[in-house]
Amino acid sequence: MNIDIDKKLYTLKYSPDTESHLKPDKEQCRLCKSKTCTYICPAKVYEWNEEKQELIVNYENCLECGACRIACERKSLDWQYPKGTKGVTFKQG
Amino acid sequence: MLKKENKTEVIVVGAGPSGVACAITLARAGKEVVLIERGLFSGSKNVFGGAIYTAATKEIFPNFEKEAPVERRNIEHNYLILGEQDSTNISYRKEDNASYSVIRGKFDRWAAEEAKKAGVYLVEETVVRDLIKEKNRVVGVRTELEEFYADVVVLADGVNSLLAKQIGLRSDIETKDVALSVKEVLSLDKDIINQRFHLKDDEGSIVEIFGGPMLGMLGLGFMYTNKDSVTIGLGVTLNELAQANYRPFELLEQLKQHPSVAPLIEGGVLKEYSAHLIPEGGYKKIPKLCDNGVLVVGDAAMLVNNLHWEGTNLAMISGKLAAETVIIALETEDFSKKSLSRYEDKLKQSFVLKDMKTYKDLFDVMHARKQAFLSYYLKKVNAFFEMFTSSDGIPKKDNYWKFIKSIFTDRSIIELFKDAFAILKLLWSILL
Ligand SMILES: Cc1cc2nc3c(=O)[nH]c(=O)nc-3n(C[C@H](O)[C@H](O)[C@H](O)COP(=O)(O)OP(=O)(O)OC[C@H]3O[C@@H](n4cnc5c(N)ncnc54)[C@H](O)[C@@H]3O)c2cc1C
Ligand code: SF4
Ligand code: SF4
Repeated sequence: MNIDIDKKLYTLKYSPDTESHLKPDKEQCRLCKSKTCTYICPAKVYEWNEEKQELIVNYENCLECGACRIACERKSLDWQYPKGTKGVTFKQG
Repeated sequence: MLKKENKTEVIVVGAGPSGVACAITLARAGKEVVLIERGLFSGSKNVFGGAIYTAATKEIFPNFEKEAPVERRNIEHNYLILGEQDSTNISYRKEDNASYSVIRGKFDRWAAEEAKKAGVYLVEETVVRDLIKEKNRVVGVRTELEEFYADVVVLADGVNSLLAKQIGLRSDIETKDVALSVKEVLSLDKDIINQRFHLKDDEGSIVEIFGGPMLGMLGLGFMYTNKDSVTIGLGVTLNELAQANYRPFELLEQLKQHPSVAPLIEGGVLKEYSAHLIPEGGYKKIPKLCDNGVLVVGDAAMLVNNLHWEGTNLAMISGKLAAETVIIALETEDFSKKSLSRYEDKLKQSFVLKDMKTYKDLFDVMHARKQAFLSYYLKKVNAFFEMFTSSDGIPKKDNYWKFIKSIFTDRSIIELFKDAFAILKLLWSILL
């Protein structure tokens, strides 16, 4: 199924920080078999770059749900809330 | 203004329903309270189905039905069992005001404003990063900018409660103890909503959805009607999503396309997409509820009754009971764990912990027998009605026997016994 997630995220108000609040442990990600975060994230924040063997983190799109932190296969994701003035704003919720 | 700089009587972290209920109860009793919220405004980080419940909400806001920004008064509950293409719907309707649909961005914001009016000192756009401990007691919080001190800190920081974990009140959440939920709010004309859901004026309807794209998984879908929008979403236990490598928004798309759902939302324009976790650990996963100088309320304490989609009411009442406990602690100047453990006693006597206890085995049974109860029997309900409504020239008696036989050929006798036993055990644990 091909879903344009950007179109959904476009409905949200974001105030992105200059620094990521999601910090995966690069070494652990290389060893990680499931790459679960790339599937379960409801905002498709994570993408695996085969070539560079590196996890790309589009943290600006994060919905701050916390699922990736709990589901991370290697429990190696340093996950913080963005600063008080940053991140997503839901108007409907 | 605060009497002393950076020191107050109570700090409440998080301005969701539990935090606001706690803070406003304290302020009304003349206590000095600082309520800290990380969002741009209260509600701006919050997502739910959903409906708030009148009885609990009235305990905090007696006139909310007139004063709060509510959407619709729910008069109908639907239980929709989806097969792959067919469905069965059980609908209960009654002129009632037991619950109202609300939009959290509006309702939480209103509730926090009410708290301000009652004297709560509301600090928004501020994240509490750490709790400050002195001599084995929580004495304050550290934000990005400064330190705030208090006699008691109440953690109302929601399902992820990084703070309760930080001070060891609970271990880290497991994937089977939370559901990941995604939802969409779709703009639709008020008249169209009323027509499609058989409503008039401000009447509302709730749809709980079983099966469909969630067949065989511990997941539920939901629809709520707002004034001029419809909410549709689903929540699935995180371990199942992770195992199956499902993308949550793909499941939602499948749900939206189901032939029994699509006509209800046709033409709806996406207003907002969102996601949030729901605590699912139940009674057995409730963390330690207090320690020296600190209490935990609402989702941070896992207080959600999943079967009934109840969370805000448990949040509000736990916040209120925590406040009542803190009021006594302030008057006796005793902030020890022992003094604050009155909160736990109060929760036990209220419906909050009683209901949590009633369903203590529900999720274990559902996890263990999900293929039976969340796939096979759901399909069988639809198969029964398919048979019952058919008119295909086959004598009815033959059809009945074929249906009954199918149960015994689909499932082994042992599995059937296990199913029956699981149901009996569950009923036993709920009723006794
Ligand atoms: C999809 C979904 C559907 C639901 N449907 C219903 C329903 O129909 N009816 C119902 O009654 N319940 C429903 N619930 C449950 C209900 O939403 C929750 O139980 C309720 O919101 C819990 O209230 P709370 O105040 O404990 O937590 P929250 O509402 O999550 O509030 C926590 C607050 O703390 C803030 N915060 C967190 N960390 C910090 C920090 N470090 N510093 C500062 N602020 C912080 C957050 O921004 C937030 O405002 C649903 C939940 C979900 C996810
Ligand atoms: S699941 Fe964890 S370890 Fe695996 S790729 Fe994602 S962040 Fe890295
Ligand atoms: S917190 Fe939620 S939205 Fe943000 S990256 Fe993790 S899974 Fe994605």
